[in-house]
Amino acid sequence: MAINWFKYSSPASFYFLAGKMIPIFVFAAVILLIAGLYVGFFVAPTDFQQGEAYRIIFIHVPAAWMSMFLYVVMAFWAGIGLAFNTRLSSMFATAIAPTGAMFTFIALWTGALWGKPMWGTWWVWDARLTSELILLFLYIGFMSLQAAIDDPRRADKAGAIIALVGVVNIPIIYFSVQWWNTLHQGASVSINQAPSMATTMLMGMLIMVLASWMYSIAVILKRARVIILERESHTAWVAELRKKGAEQ
Amino acid sequence: MFGWIIKRDLLLAMRRQSDVLTTLFFFIIVVSLFPLSVGPEMNMLRTMAPGVVWVAALLASMLSLGRMFSNDYLDGTLEQMLLSPQSLSLLVLGKALAHWLVTGVPLVLMAPILGIQYDLPAEALYVLTTTLLLGTPVLSLIGSIGAALTLGLRGGGVLVSLLVLPLYIPVLIFGAGAVEANMAGVGFNAHLSLIGAFLLVSLVFAPWATASSLRVSLE
Repeated sequence: MAINWFKYSSPASFYFLAGKMIPIFVFAAVILLIAGLYVGFFVAPTDFQQGEAYRIIFIHVPAAWMSMFLYVVMAFWAGIGLAFNTRLSSMFATAIAPTGAMFTFIALWTGALWGKPMWGTWWVWDARLTSELILLFLYIGFMSLQAAIDDPRRADKAGAIIALVGVVNIPIIYFSVQWWNTLHQGASVSINQAPSMATTMLMGMLIMVLASWMYSIAVILKRARVIILERESHTAWVAELRKKGAEQ
Repeated sequence: MFGWIIKRDLLLAMRRQSDVLTTLFFFIIVVSLFPLSVGPEMNMLRTMAPGVVWVAALLASMLSLGRMFSNDYLDGTLEQMLLSPQSLSLLVLGKALAHWLVTGVPLVLMAPILGIQYDLPAEALYVLTTTLLLGTPVLSLIGSIGAALTLGLRGGGVLVSLLVLPLYIPVLIFGAGAVEANMAGVGFNAHLSLIGAFLLVSLVFAPWATASSLRVSLE
């Protein structure tokens, strides 16, 4: 049986599909989160160098990965929306941005919490930390540009352009910062050679990465649904939905 | 057409010289504030100088971005430009170049004098001026994207800084880095080459991105 995928590029049919998908992803996220945290806090052994403090990687590493990955996904959907003028893609990009910014913030925050016992300081101008901070600025720029524009179609397209410019710039910024850092020789800490991890540690981390994926998908779908309702509020199907809601 | 738009923008700037001077004096004042805030110790000022001058140049160039399109937008000229059969990217390139001639070049000319205030050695002054000469056009080109996107928005001025400043970071790193490398006795050619590369890349891509941003903003 051939499935007509394009059917779901219409906000109306996607709305109902997303509604069916969200519980699945929420369920998966909760299960994986519990499993990941259990492995992370009770099964994984204590690190002989870093003691118990290393356990923050079970949150830190997934958050850092998601923060970078979500920016690329956001720029991808924004670019598709700009190129093919598909409304749903742009709505998706808008829905991804806050989650990505949140993960960036968590990565920075947990990194600071880990840095204090390990390096003795909350913050060093390390290449990774600095580029993560700049990534947060890029997310904030994208969101505030979209928030400042009243017309949703213009907001979509303007956001898409700035997201694409950002995605082109991310490698340039990253390498600039890295080179700048090696020039300055400021912080004498190196997090480049990660010590080899015990299998259970790696397992816990991977489960947490999966949990973050599931969480992101669930939240982004939910937010996309809200955006769809808001933008399609003038259409017949939303009016019908509203009537049904009032009857219940 | 390209030459015409530069000539026109320069003429407009000449008629309103206060705009040009405001940007220049902003640059001078910001640079002069730093010794007042951190103290007049020459050794410290010398190490700070490249960074301070570059950050001030970034801010001055960014503050004048609003003028790049807004007057043409208000009196309808921009709409006519969009309708014209000429390539919009080329027009935008002309406008960015005019913006650089009006705001960037005065900053470049002023920088050595401000460097003397910070007791920079002669060779460092030369490097500072060269990096600014190469780097300020990149600022105008990248800034034109932000200016086009925020055209006619509420609070556009603050928004432009959020959009554009993170994108300025590579130019800042290598611009200030070249001067620091020179003062530390290390070669600075690699820095200059990289800024040159940024200039070439932004010359190709920025007018194109700005043109599509203008189309979005004026839809």
